Amino acid sequence: MSSEAGQQHPLGIYYKIWVLLFVLSSFSYAVDFFNIQGGMRWGLVILFMLLKAGFIVAIFMHVMWERLALIFTILGPPIVLLLLIGFMSVEGFYTSGTRYQYMGHDPNAVALTPSDLHGGEHAEEEHVEEAH
Amino acid sequence: MSEAAVSEAGPTPGVDGLVDDWSADKQTYHVPWGKAMMWIFLVSDTFIFTCFLTGYLNVRLTTTQPWPPQSEIFALSFGGDPIPLILIAIMTFILITSSGTMALAVNFGYRRDKVKTFWFMVATAAFGASFVGMQAFEWSKLILEEGVRPWGNPFGAPQFGSVFFMITGFHGLHVSAGVIYLLTVAFKVRKGHYEKKGYEIVEIAGLYWHFVDLVWVFIFAFFYLL
Repeated sequence: MSSEAGQQHPLGIYYKIWVLLFVLSSFSYAVDFFNIQGGMRWGLVILFMLLKAGFIVAIFMHVMWERLALIFTILGPPIVLLLLIGFMSVEGFYTSGTRYQYMGHDPNAVALTPSDLHGGEHAEEEHVEEAH
Repeated sequence: MSEAAVSEAGPTPGVDGLVDDWSADKQTYHVPWGKAMMWIFLVSDTFIFTCFLTGYLNVRLTTTQPWPPQSEIFALSFGGDPIPLILIAIMTFILITSSGTMALAVNFGYRRDKVKTFWFMVATAAFGASFVGMQAFEWSKLILEEGVRPWGNPFGAPQFGSVFFMITGFHGLHVSAGVIYLLTVAFKVRKGHYEKKGYEIVEIAGLYWHFVDLVWVFIFAFFYLL
């Protein structure tokens, strides 16, 4: 399994992971398609994302067959990024909290959708035609 | 431990091997230098993309305007009712398919099968190019039909546009560079440039390509689904 001989593995494992990645992607698309919301949506999307990322790195990028010296070099430094993400989310929640509290914004405002905009236009056109 | 370090069976595996690799006064990584350098580059690229995504996290948390509904904005209609996120789903499947063909190219490279390696790399590049094409379609739809700009959009938080164009643009640039890289290596494989040197270069190009797919996994989840 030494890397100097190259990463040579049976083809079967690549086909299996390939199919698995398709299935996991379909699952995460299904989460959106069936409009699952709230904590369930976050949990499922992040679970499928981490599984996909794990399989790509471990199998397709051959990390599971590398020596520990290289594995730690690859996976070690990105761990500090978790700290950055943690800090920025704490800071983000604090900032938005103060903005809602002191700047009079509505925390429950709802965004417009393309159908609000385009649907509105169509409705107006029809109305104009009727008037003529 | 030290006498076992370089036996005929190769370097010691596991934790003992880790200690050996780092403590002996010699090469640490038992991989070709190009592969070690590609990994260093990919780790630094991980930092860039994570900084972008963390920036996105921060502006999305702090904006006081509602975040535009991605599922409906990226819906596409084929004659009937719009199907939510369908183009993005197709792009995701295309990129996964290209990762599969790339994995096969690496495998056939080490088997010294020049013809199959060449064609699987060309197929990978073709999938990559079609991904970029779909992204161009998506961008022009968003810019021309929906009026999304980096500084504003008709749906909600103006940060949506800046985050979208920056993150997907940077990823698209990686895919485009990858297509050129893969084609370059593929044609050199066909010419037989690596017969003596060995086919590690195919694996190194593959690492880059799988990384591009990996980044898309995170963009797909955080930008489009959540």
